[in-house]
Amino acid sequence: MKTVLRDFRDFFVSLQLTVALLVFGMLLVFAATLDQTNLGIWGIQQKWFRTFIVWQDIRGISLPVFPGGYFIGGLLLINLLAAHIARFKFTWRKVGIFLTHVGLILLLIGELLSGLWQEDFHLRLNEGETRNYAESFHHNELVVTDVTDEKFDEVVAIPEEFLARHTSVQHPRLPFRVIAKAHYPNSFLQSRKPDGSPTLATTGLGREVVAVPQPITYKTDEANMPSAYVELAAADASPGIFLVSTGLVAPQRFDSGGRTWKIALRAKRIYEPFSLTLLKFSHDRYAGTEIPKNFSSRIKLTTPDGRDDREVLVYMNNPLRYAGLTFYQSGFANNDRTTILQVVRNPSWLLPYVACAIMTVGLCVQFCLHLFAFVKKRRASLSASAVA
Amino acid sequence: MKKSLFPALATLAALVAVAVTLRAPRNTSDYDVVGFSRLPTLVNGRVKPLDTVARTTLLLTQGRQRVTTPTGATLTPGEWLLDVLYRPKVADTYQTFEIVHPDVLALFNLATTDGAGGKRFSAQQLAGRLNELERQSKLASDVESAIRTPFQRGVVQLRDSVILYQRLQNSLNDTTSPDFFERLVRFEKALPAGLAATAPRGGTNPSASEDAKLLLEMSTVFSSLDSFAYLRTIPSAKPDDPTGWKTIGGAWADSLANGRIAPAALTFAALGRAWQLHQPEAFNQAVSAFRQSLDTAMPSVMTKCDVEARFNSSQPFYTSATLYVLAFLVAGFSWLKWPNELGKTAFAFVLVAFVLATVGIGARMWLEARPPVTNLYSSALFVGWGAVALCLVLEYFFRNAIGSVAAGLVGFATLLIAHHLSLGGDTMEMMRAVLDSNFWLATHVVTVTIGYSATFLAGFLALIYVVRGVFTRSLDKATADALTRMVYGIVCFATLFSFVGTVLGGIWADQSWGRFWGWDPKENGALLIVMWNAVILHCRWGGLVKQRGLMALAIFGNTVTAWSWFGVNMLGVGLHSYGFMDSAMWWLIAFVASQLAIIGIAVLPLEKWKSFRSTAA
Repeated sequence: MKTVLRDFRDFFVSLQLTVALLVFGMLLVFAATLDQTNLGIWGIQQKWFRTFIVWQDIRGISLPVFPGGYFIGGLLLINLLAAHIARFKFTWRKVGIFLTHVGLILLLIGELLSGLWQEDFHLRLNEGETRNYAESFHHNELVVTDVTDEKFDEVVAIPEEFLARHTSVQHPRLPFRVIAKAHYPNSFLQSRKPDGSPTLATTGLGREVVAVPQPITYKTDEANMPSAYVELAAADASPGIFLVSTGLVAPQRFDSGGRTWKIALRAKRIYEPFSLTLLKFSHDRYAGTEIPKNFSSRIKLTTPDGRDDREVLVYMNNPLRYAGLTFYQSGFANNDRTTILQVVRNPSWLLPYVACAIMTVGLCVQFCLHLFAFVKKRRASLSASAVA
Repeated sequence: MKKSLFPALATLAALVAVAVTLRAPRNTSDYDVVGFSRLPTLVNGRVKPLDTVARTTLLLTQGRQRVTTPTGATLTPGEWLLDVLYRPKVADTYQTFEIVHPDVLALFNLATTDGAGGKRFSAQQLAGRLNELERQSKLASDVESAIRTPFQRGVVQLRDSVILYQRLQNSLNDTTSPDFFERLVRFEKALPAGLAATAPRGGTNPSASEDAKLLLEMSTVFSSLDSFAYLRTIPSAKPDDPTGWKTIGGAWADSLANGRIAPAALTFAALGRAWQLHQPEAFNQAVSAFRQSLDTAMPSVMTKCDVEARFNSSQPFYTSATLYVLAFLVAGFSWLKWPNELGKTAFAFVLVAFVLATVGIGARMWLEARPPVTNLYSSALFVGWGAVALCLVLEYFFRNAIGSVAAGLVGFATLLIAHHLSLGGDTMEMMRAVLDSNFWLATHVVTVTIGYSATFLAGFLALIYVVRGVFTRSLDKATADALTRMVYGIVCFATLFSFVGTVLGGIWADQSWGRFWGWDPKENGALLIVMWNAVILHCRWGGLVKQRGLMALAIFGNTVTAWSWFGVNMLGVGLHSYGFMDSAMWWLIAFVASQLAIIGIAVLPLEKWKSFRSTAA
């Protein structure tokens, strides 16, 4: 029994495992890079890196084809920790190697955390427009709002994932259950023919417009347009089945149980404790060409409590960091009158900096130790041969 | 032992040869074409001498800078440009358009026998079928550039070349005027009266209406010149503001305002007239007068133009490449005979070539006011430079000519790659918005490029080990051990630089795109190099490989580096895909295949190695 345990330990602390994992890691990175031509940069992260197993559709059957990023990275982490606990004796000669590996452990953890915690949003602002929320790139939500009281809205937001699972949602603030009858991750909308092509919707816009399912797109210049048929069901008078889609610009109003409601499917929002106003967007080009030289947005930042009321300039390589969010210049539209900012929340953003600083110091120390030893030895042997 | 003079003499010869290339260019005729070539113009956002325009245009259209006329005379790029600008009919007979695809030739009813060197054709030969070229290139433009067929690529490239050529012809000279200069002078005289005549309450003076007619005619000429012109030759009023440079047609609005033609426009028209009428004195006078006015108005711009023209004519990288080949041959030969003399000579050649390349890169940095690596072309220069620098260090310590052979090999190969990359146009381009950061270009890009250099160098040293070991008897134990130490040391160096470079890239990405790591193809490429170097080191430390295994792993490093340097650009996806390339794919595949073949040779059993046969037996 003891030998089995020892074999087990030897396996996890071995350099062979390190090398094998590095090689597997390289294959993973290489394959994922090639796959970007099909899936785009967001798709491959989900398929290859943020997973334990890589699944590949082969003739309609989903098969596990390769260990995923979590699997390889996780094993590498275990291997590193185990090797250091079981084998590593600290000496000053090895301080560089030790630091490098400590940094690497931090780096792997950091990548895991940013994979779990990092959220990306985008913020579109026309010149003069003010907003206090940003919208998610990839996540949508079904929003049912009670607008009976003119002074305030009561909002219930249900993530799109619930619609995809076709679960029935009963929210305490809603007098009806929400049931997804159909959900299409990507679709287009077309007007319903007068003779009446079949539709699931019984009320609202869905009686004039139908959603046609489409394959999911991963192209960077195309966006998915999810749609769903959602039933709002109550014991007495059910409002009916609505068609909701991110392609429908305005929310649909309806009355039920003596109150007025709005329903819509829209990009998930993150509300900020401050608001941003685009004062001016600039798009500079090099003289006599269309080559972009710089993009910049002059923005006014205000907080409700009035503590912050100032102008900031966001431009390439110079984001605005404020209240745990970072705003980057990412695009423009509408003849240079609309700016698109990328908004990132990543609580672990500092970790890679620390990890890399430690690793860099470690590698430099180790390299210099080797180099000095080599030069010294070389000098000695050269002078020895000169004497001889 | 008597000290041989050979290394010193050979070094002297190399230095003299270099000095000859660095001399100032001289005029080959009575015309001051050299002075003309140094005159500034704004093209693609950068102020550059006309010499650069001439050379890059020729590289783009025909892949070389030399022009041969139908009568067999050879033209300098400057002379060719003058003919294109001012004697378009004559220039149309020069065969300066390279067409290699047989189907593209067929579009023009041409055969290879109609062209110079079987592949270069004149504008005259293409003239009849330009509409068909336009139609075909429209069809091809609809196809994404990554998946175009060679025919479609050929068509689009030729169309772009023809448009560039036509725009040059319409830059400084109105082809509809028999004597543009005379017309401009007449126009300047008529300008005040003409303006008065076209004003709302104009008089009825018959000569004034003549002037108004001329004014209208000229406004058409100017607006067509403004829309076609490639060159912005009317200097900016403020020397440090490039947005002020205008085309001759574009300066027309100012003429209307102040009642006079821009002096530069008149100068270029006068130059054209002198060139057309074969009047060298008038030509030279116009050049020197214009030059004097520019020297007072914008001395720093003119210094840059002079240096750039001189840099162009001395072609330091070409000389450097030649010296690298020589160094490679001499150093290789030193393993067979006269190791001491030839070794020293090879080292001196490498040193001279390296200094020359350093001067060349330094000149480019000063001209651009940028760190050394700004695009794929300059990365090729710098990868070679870094690898050769490491070779010089190795050679200084080991003195066994291995460093010189590797330097010759890598130095020449990278300059050859750079030459092919330079065929895409001016290599000193303006930096796109996100790359416009000297701090990150100087830190991240330089470090990561040195990482490339070192990984390549380790691979090339390993190649030397395998080739010498398998095919010759010259790899004795001392040399083999020395090579092993070299490869190991360089891999350590490569790990350090590629890691630090990748990390700096991550920090830049976090600053500009909001994430430290995004699995973008170029990032992945850099990561692969780091991981592979880590694999090599761990294999070595764990005793998983000995000498030959280390060499095989190091050679595979070549393919990993080549992939991340060029391969990822071919995918055409990701935020870094600014250096897209069409046709180098096959070269990459061939390179990878060759490296795999050598790895195959490296793992042959010891008794197949000529050098080890005796020890194995």
